[in-house]
Amino acid sequence: MHLKLVCQPPLNTKEEEESHSTHTATILAVNMASDEDSDEDFVTYGTPLEPLEEDEPVRKPLPVHEQTVKDEKGRYKRFHGAFTGGFSAGYFNTVGSQEGWTPSTFVSSRQQKAEKPNVRPEDFMDEEDFSEHGIAPREIVTTDDFASGKKDQLKDKARAVSSLAALIPGDTGLLEELIAPARSSIGVELLRKMGWKDGQGVGPRLKRKQCKQNDDAVKVYGCAFPPNGSEESEDEDEFAPENVSFAPKDVVPVDFTPKVDSHGLGYRGLNPLQALGGGSETGHINLFTLQSDRTTSLFGDRNSGQQRRGGIGGQAFGVGAMEEEDTDIYHKDSMSNYDNVLGGEEPGDGLYGWTAPQQYTRKKNDSKRDVAYLGRILDGFTLASQVTEIKTVYPPPDLPRDYRPVHYFRPVVDSSTVSPIVAQALQASRGHLSQDAPQQGRHSLDSSQRCDMLGEMPLQGPSSVFELLGSKDRERLNEIRRAATEQNKSVENLSSAVDRAAVVASAKAAALQALSSRFQSIAPQPDSHTQSQTSPTKSQASSETQMALKAWSGPTADASKTFKPFAENPQKQARYDLYITKLKQGNKDALESNLDSSMTEWERGRERDEFVRAALLYKPSNSSLSSRFTRSKHEDDTDSVEVTRDQENDVDDKQAAVKMKMFGKLTRETFEWHPDKLLCKRFNVPDPYPGSSTVGMPKVKRDKYSVFNFLTITDSSQVSRGAPSAPKPPSSSSTLPHLTPEVSNKKSRWDIPGQEPKDPLSAFISETRSEVLAAKNETDSTHATATPEVKVAQSDGKQTEQKTEEEEKEEDEEEVRPPMDLFKAIFASSSDEKSSSSSEDDSEEKEVAPPASDPIQSSAETLNPPVSAQSTPAPDISRLTDLKHLTVQSMPSAETTAQNTQSSHSAPAKLQGLDEEEFGPRLPPPGFIPSACSPQLKKQKKKDKEKHKAKKHKKEKKKKKNKKHKHKGKQKKRVEESNSSSDDTDSNSEDENRVVSTSELLQRLKNIRSKREHI
Amino acid sequence: MAFPQPRPQAPQLPQHLLRTIECQQGAVRAVRFNADGNYVLTCGSDKSLKLWSMSRGTLLKTYTGHGYEVLDVDSSYDNSQLCSCSSDKTVILWDVASGQVTRKLRGHAGKVNCVQFNEEATVMLSGSIDGTVRCWDTRSRRYEPIQILDEAQDGISSLKVSEHELLIGSVDGRVRRYDLRMGQLHVDFIGSPITCVCFSRDGQCTLSSSLDSTVRLLDKSSGEMLGEYSGHVNKGYKLDCCLSDKDTHVLSCSEDGHVYFWDLVEGSLTLKLPVGKAVVQSLSFHPTEPRLLTSMEGHVQVWGAEPEDNCTYLQEEK
Repeated sequence: MHLKLVCQPPLNTKEEEESHSTHTATILAVNMASDEDSDEDFVTYGTPLEPLEEDEPVRKPLPVHEQTVKDEKGRYKRFHGAFTGGFSAGYFNTVGSQEGWTPSTFVSSRQQKAEKPNVRPEDFMDEEDFSEHGIAPREIVTTDDFASGKKDQLKDKARAVSSLAALIPGDTGLLEELIAPARSSIGVELLRKMGWKDGQGVGPRLKRKQCKQNDDAVKVYGCAFPPNGSEESEDEDEFAPENVSFAPKDVVPVDFTPKVDSHGLGYRGLNPLQALGGGSETGHINLFTLQSDRTTSLFGDRNSGQQRRGGIGGQAFGVGAMEEEDTDIYHKDSMSNYDNVLGGEEPGDGLYGWTAPQQYTRKKNDSKRDVAYLGRILDGFTLASQVTEIKTVYPPPDLPRDYRPVHYFRPVVDSSTVSPIVAQALQASRGHLSQDAPQQGRHSLDSSQRCDMLGEMPLQGPSSVFELLGSKDRERLNEIRRAATEQNKSVENLSSAVDRAAVVASAKAAALQALSSRFQSIAPQPDSHTQSQTSPTKSQASSETQMALKAWSGPTADASKTFKPFAENPQKQARYDLYITKLKQGNKDALESNLDSSMTEWERGRERDEFVRAALLYKPSNSSLSSRFTRSKHEDDTDSVEVTRDQENDVDDKQAAVKMKMFGKLTRETFEWHPDKLLCKRFNVPDPYPGSSTVGMPKVKRDKYSVFNFLTITDSSQVSRGAPSAPKPPSSSSTLPHLTPEVSNKKSRWDIPGQEPKDPLSAFISETRSEVLAAKNETDSTHATATPEVKVAQSDGKQTEQKTEEEEKEEDEEEVRPPMDLFKAIFASSSDEKSSSSSEDDSEEKEVAPPASDPIQSSAETLNPPVSAQSTPAPDISRLTDLKHLTVQSMPSAETTAQNTQSSHSAPAKLQGLDEEEFGPRLPPPGFIPSACSPQLKKQKKKDKEKHKAKKHKKEKKKKKNKKHKHKGKQKKRVEESNSSSDDTDSNSEDENRVVSTSELLQRLKNIRSKREHI
Repeated sequence: MAFPQPRPQAPQLPQHLLRTIECQQGAVRAVRFNADGNYVLTCGSDKSLKLWSMSRGTLLKTYTGHGYEVLDVDSSYDNSQLCSCSSDKTVILWDVASGQVTRKLRGHAGKVNCVQFNEEATVMLSGSIDGTVRCWDTRSRRYEPIQILDEAQDGISSLKVSEHELLIGSVDGRVRRYDLRMGQLHVDFIGSPITCVCFSRDGQCTLSSSLDSTVRLLDKSSGEMLGEYSGHVNKGYKLDCCLSDKDTHVLSCSEDGHVYFWDLVEGSLTLKLPVGKAVVQSLSFHPTEPRLLTSMEGHVQVWGAEPEDNCTYLQEEK
């Protein structure tokens, strides 16, 4: 026996390495020596070294830093010290890792529930230590649910007893192994509990005889059951007693396996078992054979004698591993497959060598061959014995040559709604026009018609808004209407569509000015100037229609690409389309002919206008341009406006309540209001309407042209109108302090453009309303007679032509001018800018000539006479102005300069007057700033004060006189104002006493002169 | 406590002139205490805004940046920021210490009459003659308002902010109270153009002065009138009104050069404080002490309950 000593290569030192090599050499020598003996005799310990080869170069010893030790999982182990078993634990002898020791955290969210930490001691142990503490390595172990049989002591005993009596004594485990305990489902167990036994069917117990009779009677449809089962039952039947019932037969349920693959019906993929293990009956599966080969194999099984082979073979498949022979790899198409004799031997099919398609050859074959041709019949199918009749398919009728497969739905027109011309045209062209209006459907009926049909009593009370008006107002309305119709009639006499359109369009002429001018700049004015025109508005409207005509009659007009502006109203759109087509034909009367005769004059006018504008706006553009735009999803020219849902109640009631000092429910109104979300956040308040997207007051869409819209608007304008009796703020307009009814029409200059009445109807309504109100005022207020005059005064310098109210009314009928407020707002705001700059100058100039601030003050004061007359500081201020005069007089050298400054300041004063024209409470005058005064002037003032005291009485007397004169002077005031502008000899005193009559003025002038002389 | 509460003293009215400050900034359009009442802010018609020490009457800082006369000012709760509004249609947020413009907000279409911080100075609210109140965010850099309240039908003359309510007086004669917590808008019809509104200090009542020379105290929740105070003159100018520090008296400016003090409960005229000859334009009551600021023309007067010894400057003109 040889001992084969093998040493593990020591790793540490070089010397050892060397010694080791010598040592192995010796061992090898021993091996070599013992080579002659058989190897079986050796006992080997350890792992042998790899045999050294002679020519192998001596291995380089590993450097120290590469000599590493790894644990069983491939992690590096570091030699550390004796106390820890030689190697370090954790991270540098800590419990942590390189990232540091992280305490376990508990994170649980709704989406990711934290699992309950089920911590075992193993989690805190190293794997190496498991064995030390007797913890078995974790593997996949069958739980005792799946272990073979539970250990049951009672059963064990019983088995032990039975085993003694068994055929094979002592053998307990054998039966148990044979009969594995099948784990039955809960359903089976339940059935068992209910008395079901294995092998029985489920259901109520049956009497055998009855069952049989039934069986006979029952015809079997579809698939018949295999007969053998019933035969058995017949056998059993013979022994069945009369009154014994049996459980039903257990029936194997039909298994409807769903089709989950995407193969064709009946297709089966390659069965690997069959292919590789060798299917017995089908033999060699050849997937890729030529058609000719397959047919032969199907028809006459030529290769029946061929031995079966496993595996896939065939063309281009090569030889499988299981095949012995490597023949038949490539398809060899033998020449025997072909007919090579022309007209030689006859196959007998009468085809003479022509390889006919299968359906011709098939005819001769019997059905079995057919099956063979078809291939395998699907499971559960049999070949039908009778051939189903082929359905005859008839060809569709021939279409006429000019047939176009598009259907146009013509708009529903009835004679009542369509103008007679259109109706005629329709009848002439198509020959059918729906005549019966009442069959249009219930939606086209109005309430009275419905009422008639239902046999209801007509509603009591006024049916129209106009019935609510007083008789006088109605008369007035009728007059207006008559005038309008007369106008229209006269226009209709002209019978020119252009002119007619012009009359109606004149109402909107002003608004359209900009539009038309734009188009005029683009297209040269057509020959409209040749026509005789009576009014500029007419010419303008006619030019528009001309323009529309020109735009559409051009060759570029393409009907299919036109924009449909009235798509939401199909009838209107139809009328518009008709208009456009007529325009295209160059018809000048296009506009007039297709309007709806049943509509009111106003509606027709509006529509006419709309059509012309739409035709201009949506005129055919270049294809390159129009291709860049797509139609919007939402129509922007909807007929509705957004209105706040909650409208304020009647203001008059509130006014009355305020008068009676009944504040509370009568004056309080509460609305729903949605603050912005961010605002709530900033205020640290929860959103009161979470989820609602509206901000501010909830808005509702309303018809733009609804009468009620305008009623509400006028109502709101009435808010301020209703308050003439209450002390009116002079703030509303300082230049026009008394014009309460007129002034109140403009609530504020800021909201004028918004509620500008847009069409004649609204203007008409508001006009009538104001008239009614004015009439009311006339009746109850005595001084209201001054109103028209005041109005004249208001128009002074701004309104070029003066009219009486009647005239004005008619004017408004004809054309709606933007109200004065608009202009005022525009110019006032611009003057605002000016005044801001001028006031800068003002403040600078104050330092130069401080007294100059006084005229401003006084002018501001006189602009507001009622206040100045009543308030106590008024005399003080007037005294100050006088005082200033005195200073001026005391310094004659400076007089001219002062005059200059005054005149220069008259402009700022005026501007400030404009500035004061703002609405709402004004700011008090900047006043006299003592610090800005020069010391000289201060002294002067003190002197003057004493002087002035004597004159004060006089002054006050004058004031009183002024007061007396005021009522009369009010009316003259405006005239004086205009005078004063021209009169610039002493505008200062003028300013102060603008209320004063001329005679008074003269007297005062004289006074001043005398004073001067005195000094 | 064994001791009974001492009987409340009769409220002392600020009727002694402590000092007069010549502001030298044109007409003083508004005078306001800061949040704690130690400083005075004045809005001048010469586009400047000035900060004064109330106790000494010295000028501390001048804020320039507006383009036209300054109309209202408010200081934040922490005195770090000011907001002011002007006739130049802008609202400016100032840094108090540096005097720099933090933000200049444009958007109003007309002159801005009133401005107010909310409690935490996160929102500035400005009411303008264009009839809108705009809520400006001071936290973000947006230059658009958070929300525009355009329910008023005429110019806004005055507005006040409480914890979650906005009280807005408009020239259309209505006092609107926006309740953010409830999401409701309460409109009280007064009839005459409103010049000034304010909350009572207990937050249960609203005070509104209007151009019919009447000051009305309304119950906030129901809108019923609790008191009506008249006698002063307020017919054309935008004058201020306020409540005293303990809600005992109602104060209002007048165009006849006086400040009127009414007893809140009885409604009787308690004091008619002569301020000067011109219109008393603005007044402001100290938040805790019986101190009053009035502005007339170019100067501001500080009034106290007891005369101070070191009255620095008395008006000789009087």
